[in-house]
Amino acid sequence: MFPTVIAVFQLLPLDGSGTASDLMQSAVDLARSGLPSGTGRRARRRAPLWLVIAAIFVALLALVPLAFIIWIAVQTGWETVSALVFRPRVGELLVNTVLLVALSVPITIVLSVALAWLTERSDLPGARLWAWLCVAPLAIPAFVHSYAWVTMVPGLHGLWAGVLVSVIAYFPFLYLPVSAALRRLDPALEDAAAALGLGPRRVFWRVVLPQLRLAICGGSLLVGLHLLAEYGLYVFIRFDTFTTAIVDQFQSTFNGPAANMLAGVLVSCCFVLLGLEVLVRGEERYARVGSGAARHQQRTSLGRATIPSLLLLVVTTLLALGVPFVTIGGWLAAGGAAVWRLNEIGLALGQTLFLALAGALLATVAAMPMAWISIRAPGPLQRLLEGCNYIVGSLPGVVIALALVTITVRIALPLYQTLFTILVAYALMFLPRALVSLRASIAQAPVELERAASSLGRPPLQALWSTTIRLSAPGAAAGMALVALGIMNELTATQMLAPNGTRTLAMAFWSYSGEIDYASAAPYAFIMVAMSLPLTWLLYVQSKRMAGR
Amino acid sequence: MKYALSTLAGATALAIMLIASPSMAEDDGIIVYNAQHESLTKAWAEGFTKETGIKVTVRNGGDSDFSNQIVAEGTASPADVFLTENSPAMVLVETAGLFAPVDADTLAQVPQDYQPASGKWVGVAARSTVFAYNKTKLTADQLPKSMLDLADPSWKGRWAASPSGADFQAIVSALLQLKGEAATADWLKAMKTNFTAYKGNSTVMKAVNAGEIEGGVIYHYYYFGDQAKTGENSKNVELHYFKNQDPGAFVSISGGGVLASSKHPKEAQAFLKWLTGKGGQDVLKTGDSFEYAVGKGAESNPKLVPLVDLQAPKVDATTLNSKKVTDLMTAAGLL
Repeated sequence: MFPTVIAVFQLLPLDGSGTASDLMQSAVDLARSGLPSGTGRRARRRAPLWLVIAAIFVALLALVPLAFIIWIAVQTGWETVSALVFRPRVGELLVNTVLLVALSVPITIVLSVALAWLTERSDLPGARLWAWLCVAPLAIPAFVHSYAWVTMVPGLHGLWAGVLVSVIAYFPFLYLPVSAALRRLDPALEDAAAALGLGPRRVFWRVVLPQLRLAICGGSLLVGLHLLAEYGLYVFIRFDTFTTAIVDQFQSTFNGPAANMLAGVLVSCCFVLLGLEVLVRGEERYARVGSGAARHQQRTSLGRATIPSLLLLVVTTLLALGVPFVTIGGWLAAGGAAVWRLNEIGLALGQTLFLALAGALLATVAAMPMAWISIRAPGPLQRLLEGCNYIVGSLPGVVIALALVTITVRIALPLYQTLFTILVAYALMFLPRALVSLRASIAQAPVELERAASSLGRPPLQALWSTTIRLSAPGAAAGMALVALGIMNELTATQMLAPNGTRTLAMAFWSYSGEIDYASAAPYAFIMVAMSLPLTWLLYVQSKRMAGR
Repeated sequence: MKYALSTLAGATALAIMLIASPSMAEDDGIIVYNAQHESLTKAWAEGFTKETGIKVTVRNGGDSDFSNQIVAEGTASPADVFLTENSPAMVLVETAGLFAPVDADTLAQVPQDYQPASGKWVGVAARSTVFAYNKTKLTADQLPKSMLDLADPSWKGRWAASPSGADFQAIVSALLQLKGEAATADWLKAMKTNFTAYKGNSTVMKAVNAGEIEGGVIYHYYYFGDQAKTGENSKNVELHYFKNQDPGAFVSISGGGVLASSKHPKEAQAFLKWLTGKGGQDVLKTGDSFEYAVGKGAESNPKLVPLVDLQAPKVDATTLNSKKVTDLMTAAGLL
């Protein structure tokens, strides 16, 4: 165990980070590297103009929030900007935020790698069940985790509380790609290392761990970005980060320059994480070469380590699932029938479902051109456009919302507080989720079918529709589920942008818990979790399938 | 054919979703930007709708974000009525010239003390600043005589507040008016060293109750509201009223106003009249908000210390400066 810890730290000197998108990204990268190259170099062709235009349009739209922050900074003038950025409060927030990321991410990495190895590569009893239990915490919104912890341990606050709850709430983001990567490893490499005289520990260290680099980087980046963007979690435990400070400023001044400047600093932090990920990830090749397929891996016998290993899983499960479920259950019992205000809950449920579905649909449609181009006609332009989408996807919701509020108020007033604007915000925030899933499934749809359809006389759009788009439907569905999951648990952007009269489950939960009416908030927490569980299950199944099992 | 069918199906599904979008963008009735407690305004809106049949759509938020939002929206604001917890937000909107004059009969229902001379908005309720303390940790003789005492080094690490909330910012705005900019800036600086920040007054009280901190500067009604429920977040809490015209005895006026840009001015004015009249003020007396009633002849909840006994300082609600307060608090590192 101990060498593992050291290895991870050496591999990731700071806070390792990963591919610029979402939790399945690294799994997808691995999956893609193993695909037959028929869709790659040999088959490169030019993308139809309308697709390129559509992709450029989406990418430009994605850049709007960034451009907005720069524009506000320029407008505000250097003197005010520096007065607002270089002040002790920003220093405090920076220290808080950096410490939070620098502590939580390595701990999450160690925990996830250990859990993934135990569930995928050891003979742990009930490994399949444990594997699912390691993914299930995803179904619980981060602020519900925090609500549960504050109930359980009143007075929990500060940096270490932040680290604890962050690790618990976000470790599945790393567990998923790492376990998927572990499952796909070719045991032949490990056999060779063993045959050359390395003991099991050194095999793990020198052969297994380096192969997990992509997955660890991707997952860590994702965790890091979530830490930067999260609001509700840290409010409960009174830990100030840039995001909570931006919301404070927003609440005090609406769209004042101070909020926008804090957002600027936060965006810079996101870029630092993105840059770190590129540095750490490197450009090594991870695909298997040669003929034949990898054989099944053998599970390592745990022997005497079985009990401590089981203990680790039990404790993790208790912390990540037990605490929230017990707390929600406790509040539901305390509140009794009175807290089930069915009219109110029904309305919130309807609105949440509607927003989640519509947002997921829009995000998937918007991701379609980009996903197609990135598989069928990759090139420098495509990489640039795709980068734009990932960058905006990594921005916290509060930043995107702040930009859209100000832009619609000042320039596009008819769009202000409309369904359209909130859906656009969702699409921008969650585009990478849709993109990643779509890309993976388009890659699996043979391009020949598209060509055959064209040569049989179908117009381009129709040819695309009747072949690739249909074949990529499962991937699109998985992507939509991911986006819907994100929207359902979204709080800050929804509060700022939603049309008048909107009250989602998350908003209702937040407003009750703000009044310390934890019992009335419990049904909303319960429904959010209950609706997210099936989507999380879908995600789990998808990740298994992508890894070929 | 299949292609056409599925396109049609997709388009229909999307259309149905857009049309069926549950009650999100209502065009009938009035839109209220509500910074008051959700439950109070809900009770008000329900009572008003029941009596008049006029529908009320509420958008919930805070004093400061809404006032700044209304200014940013300008004449295009979708809001008809603006309700706050404190006066500074009202002043901000009034200064921007966005309020319509309040109907004379509405103004006549409220004493002069609870409305600005301009008649652009009107008080709908009031709340008093208090020092809520944990009675197992502090005895009556250890309490601060004045809110200003909390700047003293002896209070370091012993008191809490919710600086990002409009409530506390209103208290600071009163301090600013009573003691001037330099004294306020100094007090805020000392506060930054001395106090512990929580988000929300309820959270402050909960922490005081749990003994995490000895006391906190909040408004009075959080205590009574919790006592009326289970009391689990206030059983160890006692309220200390500073009285004596201290800045900490500040009574804040919750305001209501009708936007000049309102598309339903008649209904909006009717709502304000109802709030300040018997119907609305009775909700304050009998409901679980425990805010003070301000209407002429209206009674507050009998559990409260009567408004006249609070010895509040004379503060001119029309000149409370929220912008200056957030600037000072930002400079002190509290925001």
